[in-house]
Amino acid sequence: MSLSLRAAVPERGVDVRVDVPAGRTLAVLGPNGAGKSTLLAAAAGLLRPHDARVVLDGRELTVVDGGRTRTWVPPHARGVGLLAQEARLFPHLSVLDNVAFGPRSAGVPRARARAVAHEWLARVGLDGLDARKPAALSGGQAQRAAIARALAADPRLVLLDEPFAALDVGATPALRHTLSEVLAGRTAVLVTHDVLDALLLADDVAVIEAGRVVEHGPTRDVLNRPRSAFAARIAGLNMVGGTWDGTGVRVGEGLRVQGVCDEPLTAGAPAVAVFRPAAVSVHTAPVTGSPRNTFLADITVVEPHGDLVRVRAGDLAADITPASATELRLVPGAGVRLVVKAAEVTIYSVVRGQHEHPQP
Amino acid sequence: MTIRRRPHAGSHLPAWAFVPAGIGAALVLLPLVAMVSRVSWGNLWPLLTSESSLTALALSLRTSATATVLCVLLGVPMALVLARARFPGRDLARSLVLLPLVLPPVVGGIALLYTFGRRGLLGHTLEVLGVQIAFSTTAVVLAQTFVALPFLVISLEGAVRTAGDRYETVAATLGARPTRVLLRVTLPLVAPALASGTVLAFARALGEFGATITFAGSLQGVTRTLPLEIYLQRETDPDAAVALSLVLVVVAVTVIGLTRRTGTESTP
Repeated sequence: MSLSLRAAVPERGVDVRVDVPAGRTLAVLGPNGAGKSTLLAAAAGLLRPHDARVVLDGRELTVVDGGRTRTWVPPHARGVGLLAQEARLFPHLSVLDNVAFGPRSAGVPRARARAVAHEWLARVGLDGLDARKPAALSGGQAQRAAIARALAADPRLVLLDEPFAALDVGATPALRHTLSEVLAGRTAVLVTHDVLDALLLADDVAVIEAGRVVEHGPTRDVLNRPRSAFAARIAGLNMVGGTWDGTGVRVGEGLRVQGVCDEPLTAGAPAVAVFRPAAVSVHTAPVTGSPRNTFLADITVVEPHGDLVRVRAGDLAADITPASATELRLVPGAGVRLVVKAAEVTIYSVVRGQHEHPQP
Repeated sequence: MTIRRRPHAGSHLPAWAFVPAGIGAALVLLPLVAMVSRVSWGNLWPLLTSESSLTALALSLRTSATATVLCVLLGVPMALVLARARFPGRDLARSLVLLPLVLPPVVGGIALLYTFGRRGLLGHTLEVLGVQIAFSTTAVVLAQTFVALPFLVISLEGAVRTAGDRYETVAATLGARPTRVLLRVTLPLVAPALASGTVLAFARALGEFGATITFAGSLQGVTRTLPLEIYLQRETDPDAAVALSLVLVVVAVTVIGLTRRTGTESTP
């Protein structure tokens, strides 16, 4: 039950392509308006792109060439379930009948459909709430019921559109755990903002920026070695992009970043330098010593970050102790030197070199 | 559906507004009070149960009920198509559907006559088939349906549009075919609007006069509905006319009560 999707909607500036192998969950990350919802709508058949090819489990669901529809399977016949931000339980039906809706629509007799619904409600931890109306559920309970309802329909592909976005922070971890259990072995696409969702629920990650997929790979690879600014940000890493000049990454005018390169690179190839905020020190005076990279920037934000203080300057972040932050009198607007040792910087090539990287 | 605001002390309403508002309210209510004051309560029962009254009442109920059923059967799909389907000229169609609402009923009656009458657009064809509509009970039902249909279409179309399609989208992704989505999701969600629209349509059908007398005439037991009977009795037996009017007032008040209740139920 693998999904292969390519969809282009020129008026939204979106042209994306993702593949989800059978039984795996793909997390789609990206800024608002990048085209994540377009991807889901194209898969569910709620949107007819200008150009698209959606194939689920070898079956063509959508084929559109330049606005001409070749194949179109209506949403109800796709076997594609959708879980949205809000639970959207049918307000006029009991929780049990909400969950039984999918099986009933597939022609399962009422008693059998209710038995299936009952089992699903138990699986998502909603025993004893069968007879309730959706209005009598908490937000977390409603979303659990919506999960049960989506899965009771036995979809071949599950689409999840930021399923925790509308929930209390407190309700999220338990629900995430439930989702990780029920999604195991299913083919699913999860749109999210939260890197935790990607880490805990997804096997693969696709990053969409400005309507294009800029990264697509196993979660661990993408988060450990981000190649896009967005992936670096959600992975909590600093990234500086430029071209490899043989000994370092040349970034714009006169600035070079040196670091550790663990793969062969050809001069002139696009490359990124990545380092942790904790490896960055902040100075107000010039520093000398072992090979270092220095970035001049103005502080934008100083905020608590765990036991440390996170200093943001330009597109970079540094985590330093509260004591040194006080000593250096770091305030927004102040010009500082961000210094990172070359040994703390990892340099690697960017396979998809078209996308932009932040300039320090 | 109705948004009610509680007037409070700090209202910015100028005091003088109460004067025309009061006059307007009196204009609406005073005639009703005047009419009710003329009801001869002692004779009410015999007047209401006279043969001609009962015949007219029975005919009115029968035709209005039939017209209401027709309104639901035709009006629900009309409302859904206007609210959901995309086709060229939809906005125009939306306006034209409301025409009977603003058209004088007598004009509607004439229009119906030139459609279904013996020399009408369809009348000749129908006559060949052995069907004659004008001046029959069928004509009464047609006239009532013509004037009542917009009431149901308006209230339902508005509700369907307000409800949006998010639940329908979910239902489709759960595997429900369009007909099942309509019957299990769309219509239950707009049930209050459907109920109030139906009641309004029934009330409008029951009160229909102009189109009926033009298109169907006034034949006792066949086309002489309650409003026509009242109009005729007014000359010969004013007490009977007032008594029958009272029946229609009671129906109207009941209708307002019903639509208000279904209306408030739909507002959370």
